[in-house]
Amino acid sequence: MKKQYDIIVVGAGPAGSMAARYAAEKGVSVLMLEKDRDVGYPVRCGEAISKAGVEEFIPIDEKWIAATISRFGFVAPNGNEVFINFGDAGFVLERRLFDYALAQSAAEAGVEILTRAYVYGLIIEDDIVKGVKYEYRGEQHEVYAKVVIAADGVESRVGRWAGLKTHIDFRDMEAAVQVTAANIPIDQNTLYFYFGKDVAPNGYFWVFPKGNNKANIGLGVSGITGKKRSALSYLNDFMEKHYPNAPILTSIAGGVPCSITLDKISAPGIMLVGDAARQVNPLSGGGIASGMIGGSIAGTIAGDAIKNNNLTHILTYDKAWGDRLGKRHEIFNRIKNGIYNFSDEKFNLIAQSFLKVPEEKRGLGNLFVTALMNQPSLLVDVAKVFLVK
Amino acid sequence: MELRQAKTGKLMIEILPNKCDFCGCCVGVCPEDAIELKEAEIFIIDERCTNCSKCIWSCPIEVIVLNKNGLIKK
Repeated sequence: MKKQYDIIVVGAGPAGSMAARYAAEKGVSVLMLEKDRDVGYPVRCGEAISKAGVEEFIPIDEKWIAATISRFGFVAPNGNEVFINFGDAGFVLERRLFDYALAQSAAEAGVEILTRAYVYGLIIEDDIVKGVKYEYRGEQHEVYAKVVIAADGVESRVGRWAGLKTHIDFRDMEAAVQVTAANIPIDQNTLYFYFGKDVAPNGYFWVFPKGNNKANIGLGVSGITGKKRSALSYLNDFMEKHYPNAPILTSIAGGVPCSITLDKISAPGIMLVGDAARQVNPLSGGGIASGMIGGSIAGTIAGDAIKNNNLTHILTYDKAWGDRLGKRHEIFNRIKNGIYNFSDEKFNLIAQSFLKVPEEKRGLGNLFVTALMNQPSLLVDVAKVFLVK
Repeated sequence: MELRQAKTGKLMIEILPNKCDFCGCCVGVCPEDAIELKEAEIFIIDERCTNCSKCIWSCPIEVIVLNKNGLIKK
């Protein structure tokens, strides 16, 4: 362990590992610190991702694929099911192995990794971030860096310490709870999404297959709903109704920041990636792929900045992220706000009219067109993200 | 039940440590950076908490409560 690195990454999730790897591939020295004892565990995630989202970063490996997804199923409040076929759409991952593989790919690029290293503060000199303070096995340490990349997840405290406004509005925080259960007899290639105010108000309830009839079953609720009822109480109701005797293999809480990206995700000496930067797709709540994309952009820019001895180059990260996904997420967020408060009757009507579309013609684009028929301004947004390739 | 002392004399937030899953929702929504979260350890930083209750609304598993009784005033 050195006293000084070119780059320190705080957090070893997918965004952190990709930031670290892409930076190391530029030939700079990188240290990645993880507060938990294991990379990849505990898994606070529904674990679904598109095929393209994985392939951009790592060759497909069966050992971290729990299920292959070729179909989405939407369940309306009245129980009507609508299916959309996708061919080879994506996967449900085994995140504890997937995150491990990503961290390993970073290690192979030259990244040093330390777990059980809890970052509790930043070294700031002349208003510029110069390194981190961390606790490791009861002892406090300081380590210097030219750039600190904060990949500290939903908490996003590192950015705050650097003076960025990272805390998320409670209305945009989807407080989530999930069980991984056995003996769930669903189609193993379909992601199921349930809608309705009794099931998942202001969001969706998910049942994602994990192979051999295991499934991730959970939901997130906005803080607005959370004022009245917790996510846990909704999950308990769902399990009681649908799978009262299913053995529970894992039970976990987690937060999904469903908003547009923070106004500022870089400042002198610091960059934010993944959930910490609020890079989750606000419509789907998916954050693995977008986090890896954010991490790879940040790592590349940070590596170039150091190699070229031009640290102000890291400030170009905000625009680079905006051009790749940030602006797209603003569109997803508008669509989310358009459907956020739909009544059960409305969801039932959407399902009813969408069932008339022949299966081979169904896609997410025309589903959202059906849902937002009465909001023409949003139809343009739907066209931009779902219909124009 | 252990209560924390409020500088402001307002009602006080409490995280029930035995029930907490350490997921970080409360930390993410806290406007004051008043919650310290390690791998399996969590506590409120007294002097920063304003009892705004956003952490309570954002807890998925009902682990944070607002103690209306037994408030210790300074």
